[in-house]
Amino acid sequence: MIRFDDVSKRYPGGHDALKQVSFELNKGEMAFLTGRSGAGKSTLLKLIMIMEIANQGQILVNGKNLNRLPKRQIPLYRRRIGVVFQDHQLLFDRSVYENIALPLQIEGYSKHEAGRRVRAALDKVGLLKKEKLNPITLSGGEQQRIGIARAVVNRPQILLADEPTGNLDPELAAEIMLLFEQFNQIGVSMLIASHDLSLITRLKHRMLTLENGTLVSDTTHKASAERSL
Amino acid sequence: MRTEPVKAKAVKDPALKARAAPASTASQLRSRLQHHREMAGDSLHRLWKAPLASLMTITVIGIALLLPALLSVVMLNVGGLGSGIDDINQITLYLHDEVTESRAAELSDDLLSNNDVRSVSYISADQALLEFRDQSGFGDVISALGSNPLPAVLVIRPSTLDAAEAEQLLQALQALPEVEFAQLDLLWLQRLQGLTGIIERAVAALIIILSVAVLFVVGNTIRMAIESRRAEILVVKLVGGSNSFVARPFLYTGFCYGLLGGLFAWLSLLSLLLLFAEPLNSLLDLYGSDFVLQGPGILPAVVLLSGGALLGWLGALLSVMQYLAAIEPR
Repeated sequence: MIRFDDVSKRYPGGHDALKQVSFELNKGEMAFLTGRSGAGKSTLLKLIMIMEIANQGQILVNGKNLNRLPKRQIPLYRRRIGVVFQDHQLLFDRSVYENIALPLQIEGYSKHEAGRRVRAALDKVGLLKKEKLNPITLSGGEQQRIGIARAVVNRPQILLADEPTGNLDPELAAEIMLLFEQFNQIGVSMLIASHDLSLITRLKHRMLTLENGTLVSDTTHKASAERSL
Repeated sequence: MRTEPVKAKAVKDPALKARAAPASTASQLRSRLQHHREMAGDSLHRLWKAPLASLMTITVIGIALLLPALLSVVMLNVGGLGSGIDDINQITLYLHDEVTESRAAELSDDLLSNNDVRSVSYISADQALLEFRDQSGFGDVISALGSNPLPAVLVIRPSTLDAAEAEQLLQALQALPEVEFAQLDLLWLQRLQGLTGIIERAVAALIIILSVAVLFVVGNTIRMAIESRRAEILVVKLVGGSNSFVARPFLYTGFCYGLLGGLFAWLSLLSLLLLFAEPLNSLLDLYGSDFVLQGPGILPAVVLLSGGALLGWLGALLSVMQYLAAIEPR
Protein backbone atom coordinates (compact mmCIF):
# COMPACT_ATOMS: atom_id res chain seq x y z
CA MET A 1 0.00 0.00 0.00
CA ILE A 2 2.80 2.35 0.98
CA ARG A 3 6.35 1.64 -0.14
CA PHE A 4 9.48 3.69 0.59
CA ASP A 5 12.62 2.90 -1.45
CA ASP A 6 15.78 4.59 -0.17
CA VAL A 7 13.95 7.80 0.58
CA SER A 8 15.95 10.79 1.82
CA LYS A 9 14.70 14.23 2.69
CA ARG A 10 16.99 17.17 3.29
CA TYR A 11 15.39 20.46 4.26
CA PRO A 12 16.71 23.74 2.88
CA GLY A 13 19.50 24.69 5.26
CA GLY A 14 21.01 21.22 5.20
CA HIS A 15 19.10 19.34 7.90
CA ASP A 16 18.74 15.68 6.92
CA ALA A 17 15.32 14.71 8.19
CA LEU A 18 15.26 11.25 6.59
CA LYS A 19 18.18 9.17 5.39
CA GLN A 20 17.62 6.30 2.95
CA VAL A 21 14.45 5.00 4.54
CA SER A 22 12.93 1.84 3.06
CA PHE A 23 9.89 -0.06 4.23
CA GLU A 24 6.60 -1.38 2.97
CA LEU A 25 3.20 -1.18 4.60
CA ASN A 26 0.77 -3.77 3.27
CA LYS A 27 -2.87 -3.26 2.46
CA GLY A 28 -4.92 -3.44 5.63
CA GLU A 29 -1.84 -3.32 7.86
CA MET A 30 -1.54 -1.18 10.97
CA ALA A 31 1.85 0.12 12.02
CA PHE A 32 3.26 2.58 14.53
CA LEU A 33 6.00 4.96 13.62
CA THR A 34 8.02 5.84 16.65
CA GLY A 35 11.15 7.65 17.73
CA ARG A 36 12.06 10.82 19.58
CA SER A 37 10.90 14.25 18.56
CA GLY A 38 12.91 15.30 15.54
CA ALA A 39 13.62 11.74 14.47
CA GLY A 40 11.73 12.30 11.21
CA LYS A 41 8.28 10.88 11.97
CA SER A 42 6.37 13.96 10.85
CA THR A 43 8.56 14.37 7.78
CA LEU A 44 7.79 10.79 6.74
CA LEU A 45 4.04 11.41 7.02
CA LYS A 46 4.37 14.73 5.20
CA LEU A 47 6.09 12.97 2.32
CA ILE A 48 3.15 10.58 2.02
CA MET A 49 0.75 13.56 2.01
CA ILE A 50 2.97 15.35 -0.56
CA MET A 51 3.29 18.29 1.84
CA GLU A 52 7.00 17.79 1.30
CA ILE A 53 8.86 16.21 -1.59
CA ALA A 54 11.67 13.69 -1.18
CA ASN A 55 15.10 14.64 -2.47
CA GLN A 56 16.02 11.04 -3.18
CA GLY A 57 14.38 7.67 -3.55
CA GLN A 58 10.88 6.65 -4.52
CA ILE A 59 7.62 6.55 -2.65
CA LEU A 60 4.85 4.38 -4.03
CA VAL A 61 1.37 4.72 -2.61
CA ASN A 62 -1.29 2.38 -3.95
CA GLY A 63 0.97 1.71 -6.91
CA LYS A 64 1.41 5.41 -7.73
CA ASN A 65 4.92 6.85 -7.79
CA LEU A 66 4.62 10.16 -5.94
CA ASN A 67 7.63 11.59 -7.77
CA ARG A 68 5.76 11.27 -11.01
CA LEU A 69 2.34 12.38 -9.82
CA PRO A 70 1.34 15.52 -11.76
CA LYS A 71 0.62 18.54 -9.56
CA ARG A 72 -2.94 18.66 -10.80
CA GLN A 73 -3.63 15.21 -9.39
CA ILE A 74 -2.34 15.94 -5.89
CA PRO A 75 -5.78 17.07 -4.57
CA LEU A 76 -7.41 13.92 -5.92
CA TYR A 77 -4.64 11.79 -4.40
CA ARG A 78 -5.03 13.44 -0.99
CA ARG A 79 -8.76 12.72 -0.94
CA ARG A 80 -7.92 9.01 -0.75
CA ILE A 81 -5.88 9.46 2.41
CA GLY A 82 -7.24 10.46 5.78
CA VAL A 83 -4.97 12.37 8.10
CA VAL A 84 -5.20 13.12 11.83
CA PHE A 85 -3.00 15.71 13.56
CA GLN A 86 -1.86 16.17 17.11
CA ASP A 87 -3.51 19.60 17.18
CA HIS A 88 -6.45 18.16 15.19
CA GLN A 89 -6.53 21.24 12.88
CA LEU A 90 -10.24 21.88 13.33
CA LEU A 91 -11.76 25.14 12.11
CA PHE A 92 -13.38 27.12 14.87
CA ASP A 93 -15.40 29.37 12.57
CA ARG A 94 -17.88 26.58 11.83
CA SER A 95 -19.80 23.80 13.50
CA VAL A 96 -18.66 20.25 14.15
CA TYR A 97 -20.89 19.14 11.28
CA GLU A 98 -19.33 21.60 8.85
CA ASN A 99 -15.83 20.60 9.90
CA ILE A 100 -16.47 16.97 9.15
CA ALA A 101 -18.39 17.72 5.94
CA LEU A 102 -15.48 19.71 4.47
CA PRO A 103 -13.83 16.78 2.62
CA LEU A 104 -17.23 15.77 1.23
CA GLN A 105 -17.98 19.31 0.15
CA ILE A 106 -14.63 19.37 -1.66
CA GLU A 107 -15.35 16.10 -3.38
CA GLY A 108 -18.79 17.27 -4.44
CA TYR A 109 -21.25 15.15 -2.53
CA SER A 110 -24.88 16.15 -2.43
CA LYS A 111 -26.05 17.60 0.86
CA HIS A 112 -28.18 14.58 1.52
CA GLU A 113 -25.39 12.08 0.96
CA ALA A 114 -22.92 14.27 2.86
CA GLY A 115 -25.31 14.45 5.80
CA ARG A 116 -25.62 10.68 5.86
CA ARG A 117 -21.87 10.18 5.84
CA VAL A 118 -21.11 12.90 8.37
CA ARG A 119 -23.57 11.34 10.82
CA ALA A 120 -22.18 7.88 10.22
CA ALA A 121 -18.67 9.17 11.00
CA LEU A 122 -19.92 11.07 14.07
CA ASP A 123 -21.70 7.96 15.25
CA LYS A 124 -18.51 5.98 14.83
CA VAL A 125 -16.54 8.34 17.09
CA GLY A 126 -19.46 8.52 19.52
CA LEU A 127 -20.24 12.23 19.19
CA LEU A 128 -23.49 12.15 17.26
CA LYS A 129 -25.17 14.68 19.52
CA LYS A 130 -22.47 17.33 19.12
CA GLU A 131 -22.87 18.09 15.42
CA LYS A 132 -24.28 21.58 15.87
CA LEU A 133 -21.71 22.73 18.42
CA ASN A 134 -18.63 24.75 17.68
CA PRO A 135 -15.63 22.45 18.19
CA ILE A 136 -14.01 25.07 20.43
CA THR A 137 -16.57 24.20 23.11
CA LEU A 138 -15.50 20.53 23.16
CA SER A 139 -12.83 18.86 25.30
CA GLY A 140 -9.42 17.90 23.88
CA GLY A 141 -10.40 14.26 23.53
CA GLU A 142 -13.63 15.16 21.79
CA GLN A 143 -11.84 17.56 19.44
CA GLN A 144 -9.43 14.82 18.48
CA ARG A 145 -12.34 12.50 17.75
CA ILE A 146 -13.90 15.16 15.52
CA GLY A 147 -10.54 15.32 13.75
CA ILE A 148 -10.69 11.56 13.27
CA ALA A 149 -14.27 11.72 12.02
CA ARG A 150 -13.17 14.28 9.43
CA ALA A 151 -10.27 12.03 8.39
CA VAL A 152 -12.49 8.98 7.84
CA VAL A 153 -15.67 10.61 6.50
CA ASN A 154 -14.33 10.17 2.97
CA ARG A 155 -13.80 6.44 3.60
CA PRO A 156 -10.09 6.55 2.78
CA GLN A 157 -7.99 3.46 2.12
CA ILE A 158 -5.14 4.86 4.17
CA LEU A 159 -5.26 6.68 7.48
CA LEU A 160 -2.24 8.60 8.73
CA ALA A 161 -1.99 10.06 12.21
CA ASP A 162 0.72 12.35 13.58
CA GLU A 163 0.92 12.11 17.40
CA PRO A 164 -2.86 11.76 17.65
CA THR A 165 -2.73 11.22 21.41
CA GLY A 166 0.02 13.73 22.19
CA ASN A 167 -2.26 16.10 24.07
CA LEU A 168 -4.46 13.53 25.77
CA ASP A 169 -4.33 11.79 29.13
CA PRO A 170 -3.58 8.00 29.06
CA GLU A 171 -7.19 6.93 29.31
CA LEU A 172 -8.35 9.10 26.41
CA ALA A 173 -5.27 8.13 24.43
CA ALA A 174 -6.14 4.45 24.81
CA GLU A 175 -9.69 5.16 23.64
CA ILE A 176 -8.40 6.90 20.52
CA MET A 177 -6.10 3.97 19.73
CA LEU A 178 -9.01 1.60 20.16
CA LEU A 179 -10.91 3.66 17.63
CA PHE A 180 -8.01 3.36 15.19
CA GLU A 181 -7.95 -0.40 15.66
CA GLN A 182 -11.64 -0.53 14.78
CA PHE A 183 -10.99 1.29 11.52
CA ASN A 184 -8.12 -1.05 10.81
CA GLN A 185 -10.42 -4.02 11.32
CA ILE A 186 -12.65 -2.85 8.48
CA GLY A 187 -9.70 -2.75 6.11
CA VAL A 188 -8.12 0.67 6.41
CA SER A 189 -4.30 0.71 6.25
CA MET A 190 -2.93 2.75 9.14
CA LEU A 191 0.35 4.46 9.89
CA ILE A 192 0.42 6.20 13.25
CA ALA A 193 3.33 8.31 14.43
CA SER A 194 3.64 8.31 18.21
CA HIS A 195 6.37 8.55 20.82
CA ASP A 196 4.07 7.15 23.54
CA LEU A 197 5.94 3.84 23.82
CA SER A 198 4.13 2.62 26.92
CA LEU A 199 0.85 2.81 25.03
CA ILE A 200 1.88 1.43 21.67
CA THR A 201 3.93 -1.51 22.93
CA ARG A 202 0.81 -2.71 24.67
CA LEU A 203 -1.12 -2.67 21.40
CA LYS A 204 0.98 -5.31 19.66
CA HIS A 205 1.26 -3.92 16.16
CA ARG A 206 4.16 -3.54 13.82
CA MET A 207 6.55 -0.82 14.99
CA LEU A 208 8.90 1.22 12.82
CA THR A 209 11.54 3.11 14.80
CA LEU A 210 13.30 6.17 13.45
CA GLU A 211 16.46 7.63 14.93
CA ASN A 212 17.94 10.80 13.49
CA GLY A 213 16.23 10.16 10.19
CA THR A 214 17.31 6.54 9.85
CA LEU A 215 15.02 3.55 10.21
CA VAL A 216 16.77 1.59 12.96
CA SER A 217 14.26 -1.15 13.66
CA ASP A 218 11.15 -2.69 12.13
CA THR A 219 9.54 -5.15 14.50
CA THR A 220 6.57 -7.02 13.21
CA HIS A 221 4.45 -8.33 16.03
CA LYS A 222 3.21 -11.82 15.47
CA ALA A 223 -0.42 -10.99 16.08
CA SER A 224 -0.41 -8.09 13.65
CA ALA A 225 1.37 -10.17 10.99
CA GLU A 226 -1.42 -12.71 11.18
CA ARG A 227 -4.03 -10.02 10.92
CA SER A 228 -2.63 -8.44 7.81
CA LEU A 229 -2.43 -11.74 5.92
CA MET B 1 -24.24 24.35 5.24
CA ARG B 2 -27.51 23.66 7.02
CA THR B 3 -27.60 21.06 9.68
CA GLU B 4 -30.61 18.85 9.47
CA PRO B 5 -32.22 16.98 12.31
CA VAL B 6 -30.53 13.68 12.98
CA LYS B 7 -32.18 10.86 11.11
CA ALA B 8 -31.96 7.67 13.10
CA LYS B 9 -32.24 5.56 9.96
CA ALA B 10 -29.24 7.06 8.23
CA VAL B 11 -26.96 6.50 11.18
CA LYS B 12 -27.31 2.75 10.93
CA ASP B 13 -25.15 2.90 7.82
CA PRO B 14 -21.71 1.58 8.83
CA ALA B 15 -19.20 4.40 8.74
CA LEU B 16 -16.44 2.59 7.00
CA LYS B 17 -17.12 -0.35 4.79
CA ALA B 18 -15.34 -0.66 1.49
CA ARG B 19 -14.90 2.67 -0.16
CA ALA B 20 -18.09 3.65 -1.92
CA ALA B 21 -18.08 5.08 -5.42
CA PRO B 22 -17.11 8.76 -5.47
CA ALA B 23 -19.80 11.36 -6.05
CA SER B 24 -21.34 11.26 -9.52
CA THR B 25 -20.51 13.89 -12.14
CA ALA B 26 -23.95 15.46 -11.99
CA SER B 27 -23.81 15.62 -8.24
CA GLN B 28 -20.32 17.13 -8.41
CA LEU B 29 -21.54 19.82 -10.80
CA ARG B 30 -24.50 20.60 -8.56
CA SER B 31 -22.22 20.67 -5.57
CA ARG B 32 -19.79 23.03 -7.33
CA LEU B 33 -22.62 25.40 -8.24
CA GLN B 34 -23.76 25.17 -4.66
CA HIS B 35 -20.26 26.05 -3.49
CA HIS B 36 -20.20 29.03 -5.87
CA ARG B 37 -23.48 30.27 -4.43
CA GLU B 38 -22.31 29.76 -0.89
CA MET B 39 -18.98 31.50 -1.47
CA ALA B 40 -20.67 34.46 -3.18
CA GLY B 41 -22.98 34.81 -0.20
CA ASP B 42 -20.17 34.21 2.24
CA SER B 43 -17.96 36.91 0.72
CA LEU B 44 -20.77 39.47 0.89
CA HIS B 45 -21.41 38.40 4.46
CA ARG B 46 -17.75 38.90 5.35
CA LEU B 47 -17.73 42.37 3.75
CA TRP B 48 -20.81 43.22 5.76
CA LYS B 49 -19.28 41.94 8.99
CA ALA B 50 -16.33 44.35 8.73
CA PRO B 51 -18.20 47.36 7.33
CA LEU B 52 -15.59 50.03 8.02
CA ALA B 53 -12.67 48.16 6.48
CA SER B 54 -14.83 47.13 3.51
CA LEU B 55 -16.10 50.66 3.03
CA MET B 56 -12.57 52.05 2.99
CA THR B 57 -11.44 49.54 0.39
CA ILE B 58 -14.53 50.13 -1.71
CA THR B 59 -14.07 53.89 -1.48
CA VAL B 60 -10.45 53.73 -2.60
CA ILE B 61 -11.42 51.53 -5.54
CA GLY B 62 -14.37 53.81 -6.29
CA ILE B 63 -12.24 56.94 -6.36
CA ALA B 64 -9.64 55.26 -8.53
CA LEU B 65 -12.40 54.34 -11.00
CA LEU B 66 -14.12 57.72 -10.70
CA LEU B 67 -11.17 59.81 -11.90
CA PRO B 68 -10.88 58.39 -15.41
CA ALA B 69 -14.68 58.25 -15.67
CA LEU B 70 -14.91 61.92 -14.80
CA LEU B 71 -12.27 62.87 -17.35
CA SER B 72 -14.06 60.77 -19.96
CA VAL B 73 -17.24 62.72 -19.36
CA VAL B 74 -15.30 65.98 -19.66
CA MET B 75 -13.86 64.75 -22.93
CA LEU B 76 -17.26 63.68 -24.20
CA ASN B 77 -18.53 67.18 -23.57
CA VAL B 78 -15.52 68.95 -25.07
CA GLY B 79 -15.98 66.70 -28.10
CA GLY B 80 -19.57 67.96 -28.15
CA LEU B 81 -18.27 71.52 -28.28
CA GLY B 82 -16.27 70.62 -31.35
CA SER B 83 -19.14 68.87 -33.09
CA GLY B 84 -19.88 72.12 -34.95
CA ILE B 85 -16.45 71.57 -36.50
CA ASP B 86 -17.61 72.21 -40.07
CA ASP B 87 -19.04 75.57 -39.13
CA ILE B 88 -15.82 76.64 -37.54
CA ASN B 89 -13.49 75.43 -40.23
CA GLN B 90 -14.13 78.19 -42.74
CA ILE B 91 -12.55 81.08 -44.55
CA THR B 92 -14.54 84.27 -44.71
CA LEU B 93 -13.87 86.57 -47.68
CA TYR B 94 -15.05 90.15 -47.11
CA LEU B 95 -15.61 91.62 -50.56
CA HIS B 96 -15.00 95.20 -51.67
CA ASP B 97 -18.13 97.35 -51.66
CA GLU B 98 -18.03 97.89 -55.43
CA VAL B 99 -18.16 94.17 -56.26
CA THR B 100 -21.57 93.49 -57.74
CA GLU B 101 -23.73 90.56 -56.90
CA SER B 102 -23.27 89.01 -60.37
CA ARG B 103 -19.50 89.39 -60.11
CA ALA B 104 -19.62 87.71 -56.72
CA ALA B 105 -21.63 84.81 -58.21
CA GLU B 106 -19.04 84.45 -60.99
CA LEU B 107 -16.29 84.47 -58.44
CA SER B 108 -17.95 81.81 -56.31
CA ASP B 109 -18.32 79.59 -59.42
CA ASP B 110 -14.63 80.09 -60.13
CA LEU B 111 -13.73 79.18 -56.56
CA LEU B 112 -15.89 76.04 -56.61
CA SER B 113 -13.84 74.70 -59.51
CA ASN B 114 -10.81 74.90 -57.20
CA ASN B 115 -10.11 71.50 -55.65
CA ASP B 116 -9.16 73.00 -52.34
CA VAL B 117 -12.60 74.47 -51.92
CA ARG B 118 -15.44 72.29 -50.79
CA SER B 119 -18.27 74.80 -50.83
CA VAL B 120 -18.91 78.47 -51.26
CA SER B 121 -21.86 80.41 -50.05
CA TYR B 122 -22.61 84.02 -50.82
CA ILE B 123 -24.07 86.32 -48.26
CA SER B 124 -25.04 89.67 -49.73
CA ALA B 125 -24.65 92.85 -47.74
CA ASP B 126 -28.43 93.01 -47.28
CA GLN B 127 -28.64 89.43 -46.02
CA ALA B 128 -25.76 90.05 -43.66
CA LEU B 129 -27.55 93.07 -42.29
CA LEU B 130 -30.75 91.15 -41.78
CA GLU B 131 -28.94 88.34 -39.97
CA PHE B 132 -27.04 90.74 -37.84
CA ARG B 133 -30.16 92.62 -36.94
CA ASP B 134 -31.95 89.42 -35.93
CA GLN B 135 -29.12 87.96 -33.91
CA SER B 136 -27.51 90.93 -32.23
CA GLY B 137 -30.54 92.78 -30.95
CA PHE B 138 -29.05 96.02 -32.21
CA GLY B 139 -31.81 96.35 -34.80
CA ASP B 140 -32.82 99.88 -33.82
CA VAL B 141 -29.28 101.17 -33.85
CA ILE B 142 -28.67 99.71 -37.27
CA SER B 143 -31.87 101.23 -38.63
CA ALA B 144 -30.66 104.54 -37.35
CA LEU B 145 -27.46 104.25 -39.36
CA GLY B 146 -29.38 104.67 -42.57
CA SER B 147 -26.85 102.94 -44.83
CA ASN B 148 -25.62 99.33 -44.56
CA PRO B 149 -22.16 99.23 -43.02
CA LEU B 150 -21.67 95.50 -43.70
CA PRO B 151 -19.79 94.12 -46.71
CA ALA B 152 -20.96 91.19 -48.83
CA VAL B 153 -19.28 88.00 -47.83
CA LEU B 154 -18.21 84.72 -49.43
CA VAL B 155 -17.99 81.91 -46.91
CA ILE B 156 -15.64 79.19 -48.05
CA ARG B 157 -15.25 75.71 -46.63
CA PRO B 158 -11.81 74.39 -47.45
CA SER B 159 -11.63 70.68 -48.27
CA THR B 160 -8.66 70.33 -45.94
CA LEU B 161 -8.45 70.48 -42.16
CA ASP B 162 -4.68 70.79 -42.31
CA ALA B 163 -3.55 74.14 -40.96
CA ALA B 164 -0.68 74.73 -43.42
CA GLU B 165 -2.81 73.92 -46.50
CA ALA B 166 -5.63 76.07 -45.24
CA GLU B 167 -3.11 78.85 -44.70
CA GLN B 168 -1.92 78.56 -48.33
CA LEU B 169 -5.48 78.72 -49.58
CA LEU B 170 -6.01 81.77 -47.43
CA GLN B 171 -3.01 83.50 -49.03
CA ALA B 172 -4.32 82.73 -52.53
CA LEU B 173 -7.77 84.03 -51.73
CA GLN B 174 -6.41 87.13 -50.06
CA ALA B 175 -4.67 87.95 -53.36
CA LEU B 176 -7.95 88.09 -55.33
CA PRO B 177 -8.73 91.65 -56.40
CA GLU B 178 -12.37 91.41 -55.27
CA VAL B 179 -11.37 90.48 -51.74
CA GLU B 180 -10.82 93.21 -49.26
CA PHE B 181 -9.95 90.92 -46.32
CA ALA B 182 -9.76 87.16 -45.82
CA GLN B 183 -10.06 85.51 -42.46
CA LEU B 184 -9.29 81.93 -41.47
CA ASP B 185 -11.14 80.50 -38.47
CA LEU B 186 -9.10 77.35 -38.13
CA LEU B 187 -6.90 78.22 -35.19
CA TRP B 188 -9.59 77.84 -32.59
CA LEU B 189 -10.55 74.47 -33.96
CA GLN B 190 -6.96 73.30 -33.83
CA ARG B 191 -6.58 74.40 -30.27
CA LEU B 192 -9.72 72.52 -29.38
CA GLN B 193 -8.52 69.44 -31.22
CA GLY B 194 -5.16 69.68 -29.50
CA LEU B 195 -6.87 69.95 -26.16
CA THR B 196 -9.13 66.95 -26.72
CA GLY B 197 -6.11 64.99 -27.94
CA ILE B 198 -4.30 65.72 -24.71
CA ILE B 199 -7.31 64.85 -22.57
CA GLU B 200 -7.76 61.63 -24.52
CA ARG B 201 -4.21 60.61 -23.73
CA ALA B 202 -4.54 61.70 -20.14
CA VAL B 203 -7.64 59.52 -19.80
CA ALA B 204 -5.86 56.54 -21.34
CA ALA B 205 -2.85 57.00 -19.06
CA LEU B 206 -5.07 57.46 -16.01
CA ILE B 207 -7.08 54.35 -16.84
CA ILE B 208 -3.90 52.30 -16.98
CA ILE B 209 -2.34 53.78 -13.83
CA LEU B 210 -5.50 53.60 -11.76
CA SER B 211 -6.37 50.10 -12.97
CA VAL B 212 -2.99 48.99 -11.67
CA ALA B 213 -3.78 50.81 -8.43
CA VAL B 214 -7.11 48.98 -8.12
CA LEU B 215 -5.35 45.67 -8.78
CA PHE B 216 -2.93 46.35 -5.96
CA VAL B 217 -5.54 47.67 -3.54
CA VAL B 218 -7.67 44.55 -4.03
CA GLY B 219 -4.61 42.31 -4.11
CA ASN B 220 -3.39 43.67 -0.80
CA THR B 221 -6.81 43.43 0.83
CA ILE B 222 -7.14 39.84 -0.34
CA ARG B 223 -3.62 39.07 0.87
CA MET B 224 -4.69 40.12 4.36
CA ALA B 225 -7.87 38.06 4.08
CA ILE B 226 -5.74 35.07 3.08
CA GLU B 227 -3.43 35.62 6.07
CA SER B 228 -6.39 35.55 8.42
CA ARG B 229 -7.62 32.28 6.92
CA ARG B 230 -4.30 30.46 6.69
CA ALA B 231 -5.38 27.57 8.93
CA GLU B 232 -8.48 26.99 6.86
CA ILE B 233 -6.53 26.98 3.59
CA LEU B 234 -4.03 24.49 5.00
CA VAL B 235 -6.79 22.13 6.11
CA VAL B 236 -8.65 22.44 2.82
CA LYS B 237 -5.48 21.67 0.89
CA LEU B 238 -4.74 18.67 3.13
CA VAL B 239 -8.12 17.06 2.72
CA GLY B 240 -7.75 17.38 -1.04
CA GLY B 241 -9.21 20.77 -1.94
CA SER B 242 -8.06 21.92 -5.36
CA ASN B 243 -6.50 25.35 -5.84
CA SER B 244 -9.67 26.63 -7.46
CA PHE B 245 -11.67 25.47 -4.44
CA VAL B 246 -9.28 27.36 -2.15
CA ALA B 247 -9.29 30.43 -4.38
CA ARG B 248 -13.05 30.62 -4.89
CA PRO B 249 -14.08 32.59 -1.77
CA PHE B 250 -11.26 35.10 -2.32
CA LEU B 251 -12.11 35.57 -5.97
CA TYR B 252 -15.70 36.31 -5.01
CA THR B 253 -14.49 38.78 -2.38
CA GLY B 254 -12.31 40.56 -4.96
CA PHE B 255 -15.20 40.54 -7.41
CA CYS B 256 -17.54 42.09 -4.81
CA TYR B 257 -15.01 44.77 -3.88
CA GLY B 258 -14.57 45.71 -7.54
CA LEU B 259 -18.28 45.66 -8.28
CA LEU B 260 -19.13 47.81 -5.27
CA GLY B 261 -16.20 50.13 -6.08
CA GLY B 262 -17.62 50.51 -9.58
CA LEU B 263 -21.05 51.26 -8.14
CA PHE B 264 -19.49 53.85 -5.84
CA ALA B 265 -17.74 55.48 -8.81
CA TRP B 266 -20.89 55.55 -10.90
CA LEU B 267 -23.03 57.06 -8.14
CA SER B 268 -20.33 59.65 -7.45
CA LEU B 269 -20.17 60.49 -11.13
CA LEU B 270 -23.93 60.99 -11.28
CA SER B 271 -23.92 63.19 -8.18
CA LEU B 272 -21.06 65.33 -9.47
CA LEU B 273 -22.78 65.84 -12.81
CA LEU B 274 -26.03 66.77 -11.11
CA LEU B 275 -24.10 69.19 -8.94
CA PHE B 276 -22.40 70.82 -11.93
CA ALA B 277 -25.10 70.61 -14.60
CA GLU B 278 -27.17 73.55 -13.40
CA PRO B 279 -24.44 76.18 -12.85
CA LEU B 280 -22.48 75.05 -15.91
CA ASN B 281 -25.47 75.28 -18.21
CA SER B 282 -26.39 78.73 -17.00
CA LEU B 283 -22.78 79.84 -17.39
CA LEU B 284 -22.74 78.56 -20.96
CA ASP B 285 -26.04 80.32 -21.57
CA LEU B 286 -24.31 83.58 -20.73
CA TYR B 287 -21.85 82.86 -23.52
CA GLY B 288 -24.79 82.33 -25.88
CA SER B 289 -23.91 78.68 -26.33
CA ASP B 290 -26.64 76.16 -26.94
CA PHE B 291 -24.29 73.54 -25.53
CA VAL B 292 -25.90 71.20 -23.00
CA LEU B 293 -23.89 69.17 -20.50
CA GLN B 294 -24.03 65.55 -21.57
CA GLY B 295 -24.88 63.22 -18.74
CA PRO B 296 -23.44 59.71 -18.79
CA GLY B 297 -25.91 57.22 -20.18
CA ILE B 298 -26.10 53.56 -19.31
CA LEU B 299 -22.70 52.85 -20.89
CA PRO B 300 -20.54 54.32 -18.10
CA ALA B 301 -22.54 52.34 -15.54
CA VAL B 302 -21.87 49.13 -17.46
CA VAL B 303 -18.19 49.96 -17.99
CA LEU B 304 -17.59 51.01 -14.37
CA LEU B 305 -19.39 48.05 -12.81
CA SER B 306 -17.97 45.38 -15.12
CA GLY B 307 -14.52 46.97 -15.24
CA GLY B 308 -14.44 47.27 -11.46
CA ALA B 309 -15.60 43.70 -10.97
CA LEU B 310 -13.06 42.41 -13.49
CA LEU B 311 -10.20 44.33 -11.86
CA GLY B 312 -11.25 43.17 -8.39
CA TRP B 313 -11.42 39.57 -9.53
CA LEU B 314 -8.03 39.87 -11.24
CA GLY B 315 -6.39 41.48 -8.21
CA ALA B 316 -7.70 38.68 -6.00
CA LEU B 317 -6.54 36.08 -8.52
CA LEU B 318 -3.00 37.49 -8.52
CA SER B 319 -2.90 37.49 -4.75
CA VAL B 320 -4.28 33.97 -4.34
CA MET B 321 -2.08 32.48 -7.06
CA GLN B 322 0.99 34.01 -5.49
CA TYR B 323 0.04 32.58 -2.09
CA LEU B 324 -0.78 29.13 -3.45
CA ALA B 325 2.50 29.01 -5.35
CA ALA B 326 4.34 29.90 -2.14
CA ILE B 327 2.86 26.97 -0.19
CA GLU B 328 3.47 24.38 -2.91
CA PRO B 329 5.59 21.50 -1.56
CA ARG B 330 9.25 21.63 -2.54
